[in-house]
Amino acid sequence: MCWCSALYIQARAYRAVLVVSAALALSGFGQPRGTADLGLVIERASGSVQVIDTTAHSALGRITGLGDLSHASVVYSRDARYGYVFGRDGGLTRVDLLAGRIDKRIVQAGNSIGGAISQDGTLIAVSNYDPGGVKVFDAATLELIADLPATYGSEGKRSKVVGLVDAPGQRFVFSLYDAGEIWVADFSARAQPAIQRFANVGRQPYDALITSDGRHYIAGLFGEDGLALLDLWHPQRGVRRILNGYGRGEQALPVYKMPHLEGWAMAGDRAFLPAVGRREVLVVERGSWQETGRVAVHGQPVFVIARPDGRFVWVSFAHPDNNVVQIIDTQTLTVVHTLEPGKAVLHMEFTPRGEQVWVSVRDEDRVDVYDTATHQRIHSLAADKPSGIFFTARAHRIGL
Amino acid sequence: MRRAERPLLMLFSLLLLAGAHAQEPAAARRDALVHLLRHDCGSCHGLTLAGGLGPPLTARALDGKPAAALEATILYGRPGTPMPPWHGMLSAAEVRWMVHVLKNGSVQ
Repeated sequence: MCWCSALYIQARAYRAVLVVSAALALSGFGQPRGTADLGLVIERASGSVQVIDTTAHSALGRITGLGDLSHASVVYSRDARYGYVFGRDGGLTRVDLLAGRIDKRIVQAGNSIGGAISQDGTLIAVSNYDPGGVKVFDAATLELIADLPATYGSEGKRSKVVGLVDAPGQRFVFSLYDAGEIWVADFSARAQPAIQRFANVGRQPYDALITSDGRHYIAGLFGEDGLALLDLWHPQRGVRRILNGYGRGEQALPVYKMPHLEGWAMAGDRAFLPAVGRREVLVVERGSWQETGRVAVHGQPVFVIARPDGRFVWVSFAHPDNNVVQIIDTQTLTVVHTLEPGKAVLHMEFTPRGEQVWVSVRDEDRVDVYDTATHQRIHSLAADKPSGIFFTARAHRIGL
Repeated sequence: MRRAERPLLMLFSLLLLAGAHAQEPAAARRDALVHLLRHDCGSCHGLTLAGGLGPPLTARALDGKPAAALEATILYGRPGTPMPPWHGMLSAAEVRWMVHVLKNGSVQ
């Protein structure tokens, strides 16, 4: 081999390396890195997700082909490498955040509303509207482990299932919208789940949350003023009603978007909860579960989310007030700041230690990053009709 | 002064003419209504209108349901369910057009 052909081969090899690394740099995937500062942004209309880096404030890339992602949500594997995306169309997709691709995907029902991962990370449960019930899958293979039809009444009707969360003791807890029931499914014996049913919890439970210690499960009721509380340390005590009649008999306003309950609503010993059909956030003392205050806000609250340190609570609103976000001081119970991020604010996600919050602004096709101390927008990313934002820190949180 | 009146008159008669065919909202408003159907109605009825907490609104699901009843549901809501009344935000003519496009399946 002569000197010049060796150089030529070397140059070709070098060019090949350049091409490969350029492709990797373009997508952002493929480089060795941790996942603990990553997250997924749902692009609801295009059936795609963006993998985002919360340190660099950039997108690693986009993963497409996830179906109908309206109202989609995500839970994470315990190594925080894989996100399980629950689509509206019954799709359950395991996404590899590091490789930037779909790892596995099934369509497990006709119409779904979110899911949960078990305490040990081996089971994925999906909450279904049609056919109403919960299906449980192996987290690694997505093979069906258990099918729990949400049947109720003498005619064996099936209820839509909402508010599905994981709880300690390898349990899943969920609510039956049409039946007014809460079920606890214990999967400690994986193939033989034990189900405990609580009936007559209240009319039309629409969503639920579990406190971050996994003790209290709280379902919001659409059909009446109040919430249903189950103490999972003492399930034998049954479900009790809290904040009963919070509307004080006044006519509720029409609701143009259902509120959402998430495990972020606790700030210290206080829970901050959206009032259905009212421009109010309800404040309840944990333990006594008595109302200790209510905060008048700009519109009907959809998300009421505490900054991780619990010092402030950020609130987003239903149509037509969904261009605004308000910040409540949890000590004085007053609104201390009002932001106008833009048209159709759909979701907010705090970084794990709370110094920043990411806000999806659907109709502006933007995700904005705010500094939570100064309330200044410090960054923006383009996204196609963004809705839910889910950071991998959820991998290590009970109920998320 | 006189010259200025003529275009005004023409505009006025054009508006009258448009009023006579006012079943269909203007193009920009139609876009806004389709956006509303997909994204805001869609938050309960599904982005593809195949259903969610609320029933499906596909052409197939609405087949055989009288338009007047559907219009009344949108305008006045359905008590006992989360379906809210939209009068005040939407006019009767707009609702009529929305039911029309739902039934012919053009927003799915």
